[in-house]
Amino acid sequence: MSSLQAPPSAEQRAPDRGTLRAIRVLLPVVVLAAAVTAWALLVRINHIPPYVLPGPGAVLRTLVADWPILSQSLLVTLRTTLEGFLAAAVGGIALALLFNQSRWLEYSLLPYAVILQVTPVIAIAPLLLIYLPQQTAVIACAWIVGFFPVLANTTLGLGSVDRNLAGLFRLYGASRMQVLRHLKLPSALPYILGGLRIAGGLSLIGAVVAEIAAGSAGAGSGLAYRIAESGYRLNIPRMFAALLLLSAAGIVIYGLLALTSHLLLRRWHESALGKEN
Amino acid sequence: MAEPAALSEAGTGAGGLAVSLRGVRKVYDNGIAALGPLDLDVSQGEFVSLLGPSGCGKSTALRLIAGLNTPSSGTVGVARRAGSARTGHAIGFVFQEPTLMPWTTVRENVRLPLKLARVPASEANARIDAALAQVGLGQFEGAFPRELSGGMKMRVSLARALVTDPDLLLMDEPFAALDEITRFRLNNDLLSLWRNLRKTVIFVTHSVFESVYLSQRVIVMTARPGRIGSEIRIDAPEPRGEEFRTSVEYAGYCRRVSAALAPSYPGQATL
Repeated sequence: MSSLQAPPSAEQRAPDRGTLRAIRVLLPVVVLAAAVTAWALLVRINHIPPYVLPGPGAVLRTLVADWPILSQSLLVTLRTTLEGFLAAAVGGIALALLFNQSRWLEYSLLPYAVILQVTPVIAIAPLLLIYLPQQTAVIACAWIVGFFPVLANTTLGLGSVDRNLAGLFRLYGASRMQVLRHLKLPSALPYILGGLRIAGGLSLIGAVVAEIAAGSAGAGSGLAYRIAESGYRLNIPRMFAALLLLSAAGIVIYGLLALTSHLLLRRWHESALGKEN
Repeated sequence: MAEPAALSEAGTGAGGLAVSLRGVRKVYDNGIAALGPLDLDVSQGEFVSLLGPSGCGKSTALRLIAGLNTPSSGTVGVARRAGSARTGHAIGFVFQEPTLMPWTTVRENVRLPLKLARVPASEANARIDAALAQVGLGQFEGAFPRELSGGMKMRVSLARALVTDPDLLLMDEPFAALDEITRFRLNNDLLSLWRNLRKTVIFVTHSVFESVYLSQRVIVMTARPGRIGSEIRIDAPEPRGEEFRTSVEYAGYCRRVSAALAPSYPGQATL
């Protein structure tokens, strides 16, 4: 065998990369399976009653059995989250654009945006519930927690324009709108998408917080309300089932936003490019 | 944006002045005098290099001519061809970096000046095709900037500067970051473009060899504040090619320009 070896070609390395990807998917699945098994064993060996800690089987059975109620609640929560998220996205981007166009407006309003952000939403929720109709208050909570990351990231993005490109636009006599549309917004897009990705998760949190604070019964009750209600009734399996759905909703929201971001940026932005370049 | 003052009509005929700087100074807000006073005339169709050490104000001078900055005092005059309004813009600018929009294709990058000037799409497309062909990038129009080499990105930048068919091309150390082979090829391509299109070119560089190879006139600048140290006319025959680059005549010009540049580097004398 020769002491000099040709470097492995891309084709030879390809299966390795495939294996690596499979491992990256498999490992978390293995961890999940191990955790669920340990959970099931713990419950069975110690004979823990379901009203203290239900086993994974009991949770799944409850999920199926209570699906009519839970799915209804899931839809309510998802709808609140979506409305809060859209309001946060539109509000955050619009405010950042206004700030970018007018320094005075930024100086006047930014401190209040910060105050809104740093005040815990759980403390604001009861107040909002007094002054606003319940559904509006819940959406307002989802909006309050979601909009600041969008505002902050969009502001950062609009300010991160390449100086020479800005000079070029000036040289060619671009109008304010042209600079905004063809230079600032595309430059800011990766930042905006980053902000939206954070806002998606936060909107869900905001919706849950407000639902728990609202705590009223009725057909229009979301998953968080189901959790609180099940807690009072010691229906712990249903609590777990609702929690499972909330987590799943969070994962799906994050996944969708990450996918959107990837699709929009994959042709040009460093964050979405393969490592070989 | 501060438009440079238009030169009087009398000066814009064939062989007239393309650019005229009179007593131009630039003092930055922090009190540092970057440039001047500077007097400079560039004839139409001329290829002039501004050569000097870093920080001598040569880029500042170029930005003043482009109207990207305004002079603290003095006047900057740029000739405008009578019909130049139709072309969108009379000045093309090539930066040291390619300065492309990473989010869009080569073709859309070249389209930018026309889009900003709201040139109709059919006319714009024909011009983009022509500009891309001039720099030899026709088949790369769908590529994104990150997929191109440094030299090709610079060609895109050049095509974008040419797409408005400007009278005046301002280039700010455009090839400084490229490897030597690529730079030689771009030098040759730029010279043939200049011969064919007869544009006025003001080329900023810190390379003696590049300035001699390309220019009809080399303007050597001194630093702090930037002033014209000396002017050397390069009367080599056209067209110039690789033979010129290796000729005795070329070496002689390089020696003269280097000698003229030496006082700009006072520290070097003691080395």
